Amino acid sequence: MKIFFFAWLALLSLNSFARGTGDLGVLIERANSSVQIIETTGNTSLGRVSGLGDLSHASIVYSRDQRFAYVFGRDGGLSKVDILDAKLVARTLQSGNSIGGAISQDGSLVAVSNYKPGGVKIFDADTLELVANIPATYGDNAQLSKVIGLVDAPGSLFVYALWDAGEIWVVDMSKPKSPDIKKFKNIGINPYDALITGDGRYYIAGLFGEDGMALLDLWNLDKGVQRILPGYGKGEQPLPVYKMPHLEGWAVAGNYAFVPAVGHHEVIVIDMTSWRMSARIKVHGQPIFVMARPDGRHVWVNFAIPNNDTIQIIDTQQLAIIKQLRPGKGVLHMEFEPRGEEVWLSVRDEDRVEVYDTKSFERKAAIDAKKPSGIFFTARAHRIGL
Amino acid sequence: MKPSILFALSLMLSAVVNAEETIPTDRQQELRNLLIQDCGSCHGLTMKGGLGPALLPANLKGKPADFITMTILEGRPGTAMPGWRPLLSESEARWLTDLLLEEKL
Repeated sequence: MKIFFFAWLALLSLNSFARGTGDLGVLIERANSSVQIIETTGNTSLGRVSGLGDLSHASIVYSRDQRFAYVFGRDGGLSKVDILDAKLVARTLQSGNSIGGAISQDGSLVAVSNYKPGGVKIFDADTLELVANIPATYGDNAQLSKVIGLVDAPGSLFVYALWDAGEIWVVDMSKPKSPDIKKFKNIGINPYDALITGDGRYYIAGLFGEDGMALLDLWNLDKGVQRILPGYGKGEQPLPVYKMPHLEGWAVAGNYAFVPAVGHHEVIVIDMTSWRMSARIKVHGQPIFVMARPDGRHVWVNFAIPNNDTIQIIDTQQLAIIKQLRPGKGVLHMEFEPRGEEVWLSVRDEDRVEVYDTKSFERKAAIDAKKPSGIFFTARAHRIGL
Repeated sequence: MKPSILFALSLMLSAVVNAEETIPTDRQQELRNLLIQDCGSCHGLTMKGGLGPALLPANLKGKPADFITMTILEGRPGTAMPGWRPLLSESEARWLTDLLLEEKL
């Protein structure tokens, strides 16, 4: 009886009135196996969902109705969370070690990229039943590669890269029972992460093992993979990389894209008409996330340890740093509200999430969270590649 | 082994042991956090592996502590493992090694 009473109370707190989910989001508490559900209109926390396993490097995609969050955990757990009711509705431990996921264009399939065993598994978004299992075989087909940079693309595609094999695979899931796989080999050594442009056309993998990036034009697959920024960093002694940069969140302003350099304390500006480097901007440390405010006027940058207490903001017209903030130790992730008036930062080592006004750079709110990492707003549901 | 080398080794060892005792408690807390959160970015929060290999005691079996300490300090060229010498002293790296080997996480 008591349990029912508390369940009723819990329901009352979240679901006692009808509300939309467009201003909701989820933040990962990486060491606590939990997520918090947050709202960005009043900047408050609405609840917590626990029991989600190892959430280091966890990420989230949303159902097309923005009600369900799919949480991809490091331990191979795939969890489906109802963010209106703040409860776990389905969960499967689908591999030993995973790194991220994507949802199909029509929202019917959820794909997970795995380190161990290396490959991609694709699930029914409704039931989390396995639909397809695609091992990332390479070499003499006896080896399995770790998979990184998994995104969705128009045409029911999933696209990803193979860290150990140096390949990009494009999987067409138009017929879920018989996936059509196209493999692009010798794209470069150790692709570490990848991104897709907001229009879903260009897939670009960063290479850890050599200079440059690998570009695949999904509108012209027959042209194959092209190497861009080939000479970047050549002849320079690279600095130690204490954390792999992320490429998710293509920071684009006009024809220019902003990406983190690897082993250099720089943000690289790429001219997207020629795919050549147009500038390098010296920054405070090894950049991790380089994220454009939704209007593209500013780019926010965070850094690897030991510089991870700092944020720098680049003006995309001046190509110069115009502001530096020091929110605290372990600034891991940034997420802009959909129209960009505010940005949320997770400050891991201070056990806090902070909200900043992106015009005045003033801190507007702070929310307690246990070792927060990724922050994901529901607006991602309607963006290609997220 | 020549006695002089043995002597040098024992000197090094005692230096490490002595230094270990001098890591202050709050620095130990920082190091533990670094191991779980920052090493964990690649090796997993529970050291079960990720982009980098698993670092559980079973995985490290047979690898000398000095080798692990040097790997932490110098990294592994040709892989994504950086050298942490700019951020850690030798005794701190040794302290982390012991933590890994004894699964005191």
